[in-house]
Amino acid sequence: MIGVISYLVFFATMAGILAIVVLGLNLQWGYTGLFNGGVAAFFGAGAYVTMLLGGRPEPGQFGGFLAPFPVAIVGGILFAGLIAWFFGVLTLRLRHDYLAIATFGVAIALESVARNAEWLTGGAKGLRGFPRPLEATITALGGGDNFLYGLFFLALVLAVLAAVYVGLERLTRSPYGRALRAIREDEAAARSLGKNPVRLRLESFVIGSMIMGAAGGLYVAFYAYVGPQDLAPILTFQVWAMLIVGGAGNNRGAVLGAFLIWAAWTASGFALAALAPQAMQLYTGPIQYILIGSVIVGMLLWRPQGILPEQIRQQGRN
Amino acid sequence: MTGPVPSGPVLSVRGLTRDFGPFRAVDSVSLDIRRQSITGLIGPNGAGKTTLFNMVAGALKPTKGTVALNGADITGLPSEALFARGLARTFQIPRPFRRMSVLDNVLLAPPDQTGETVVGALFRRGRMATEEARIRDKARAILDFVTLGALADHPAGKISGGQMKLLELARALMGDPTVILLDEPAAGVNPSLARILVERIEELNQRGVSFVIIEHDMDFVMRHCDPVIALAEGRVVFQGTVAEAQADPLLLEAYLGTAA
Ligand SMILES: Nc1ncnc2c1ncn2[C@@H]1O[C@H](COP(=O)(O)OP(=O)(O)OP(=O)(O)O)[C@@H](O)[C@H]1O
Ligand SMILES: [Mg+2]
Repeated sequence: MIGVISYLVFFATMAGILAIVVLGLNLQWGYTGLFNGGVAAFFGAGAYVTMLLGGRPEPGQFGGFLAPFPVAIVGGILFAGLIAWFFGVLTLRLRHDYLAIATFGVAIALESVARNAEWLTGGAKGLRGFPRPLEATITALGGGDNFLYGLFFLALVLAVLAAVYVGLERLTRSPYGRALRAIREDEAAARSLGKNPVRLRLESFVIGSMIMGAAGGLYVAFYAYVGPQDLAPILTFQVWAMLIVGGAGNNRGAVLGAFLIWAAWTASGFALAALAPQAMQLYTGPIQYILIGSVIVGMLLWRPQGILPEQIRQQGRN
Repeated sequence: MTGPVPSGPVLSVRGLTRDFGPFRAVDSVSLDIRRQSITGLIGPNGAGKTTLFNMVAGALKPTKGTVALNGADITGLPSEALFARGLARTFQIPRPFRRMSVLDNVLLAPPDQTGETVVGALFRRGRMATEEARIRDKARAILDFVTLGALADHPAGKISGGQMKLLELARALMGDPTVILLDEPAAGVNPSLARILVERIEELNQRGVSFVIIEHDMDFVMRHCDPVIALAEGRVVFQGTVAEAQADPLLLEAYLGTAA
């Protein structure tokens, strides 16, 4: 029984972290129409920098400054924002597809840096050893058992998720959100009404990427590990699936999509491990890709607006 | 309107030129738009009327020439800088924000809203709410004025083409403009909506708003516009009163058909 509950806590923690990433993408794509093809880059940037700042020192390894967790994660968030700002300034004045190409490229480049710059990133084996916030205190409270800490960490993730959700709801249901949607719908018309699309897009892109960076920081604290595979395109793909299924332009939809797709993803992993013949066990990863890909395509065909579609009216009442 | 109303032309255009590659779409156009006029801008397809509008409204950079609004040079200013200065425009093919409600389309428009910045939307909630209530009342009144009040909560992409033209006018009005450029406001609009549109334009004009209207329907131009400017192949070929336009044999031949 406790095993099942532990697993559910573990599951919900990871789903909560992913939901934060999806909320970041929802600000960019759902509200502003910015195609971020490198979600993993911003998540990974946040994760690596949080690890470098807050991790334990290792001989021959840069970083490991043992900064307190809040400082470390803020560093990760700022770094993710900085990358977004840099590439945003370069591409957001150009045609829309340039951002997609640039972000895709950034993710590939960062993954390559993570794999090769061993002094900085630990190379292919990644970086491990992260003092999780309040771990000693809370584990002691729980009588040395780490179940209580798991619960604490879940609560931390859900608190961050709630804060991000509330902040984004305020932002997107305000005149600010109205302006974002307007430039998404028709840039020339929005400009003719005095809205500055370059400023709005850049802000939305940077804020969304910082939210992804925050999720990366939580992820590092959760696993006490980060490696190049955390920058791999699979994450970008999963997060997009979550947003499309949940409903782009709807923050509740984004969170719902994260939990649903993460559940489907883990369940399909279990099912394949249990049911697939021995010879196919090697291919469970690709099979999961195909399953999720089919979900995206099916959703785009039959319910492109997602489970919880965007609301036409900004407020419930007008 | 605050401050003294400036005299002189509301818009003055000097030597305005626009090339698309080797093709000169607008060729040294100079004209003044009289304050509080309803100026008609006519000319055959491809004459350069919309291109001229786009340059005046900052949507296209001129190859040469200058534009002044209320006496101030606005040449090369981006389109988003002009709305707050009192210049509004509508589009030949309506451009509503389709997945937003009709009301939100209009609420969007007022410049410098507190809630339009990240800091304002997150932290100046009280001020934002007060301001929003005021903007909402104004938007409701303007939607009623253009007869779209009942459609406030509809998606703007689902209303008729004629209603979209009225919606664009409503959006423009939220900025209290001194001059509105209308690109074929009556084209494809059913007669009863077109009548409403004309009434509203004339009412606003009485209140001091200047209009420049591109229109192919000569009947519309002769009845509601004065003066009239004609463009052909990027150049001004006629500038004068409606009476003069009606008496000009060349213009009649070119645009009204010889039968007129
Ligand atoms: N972005 C562009 N690139 C190339 N050529 C263009 C562009 N915009 C307009 N033109 C050309 O410039 C000329 C003038 O076009 P414009 O749209 O200003 O005409 P118009 O007078 O508004 O015509 P209509 O009455 O059909 O709307 C046309 O020959 C058009 O093909
Ligand atoms: Mg035109």
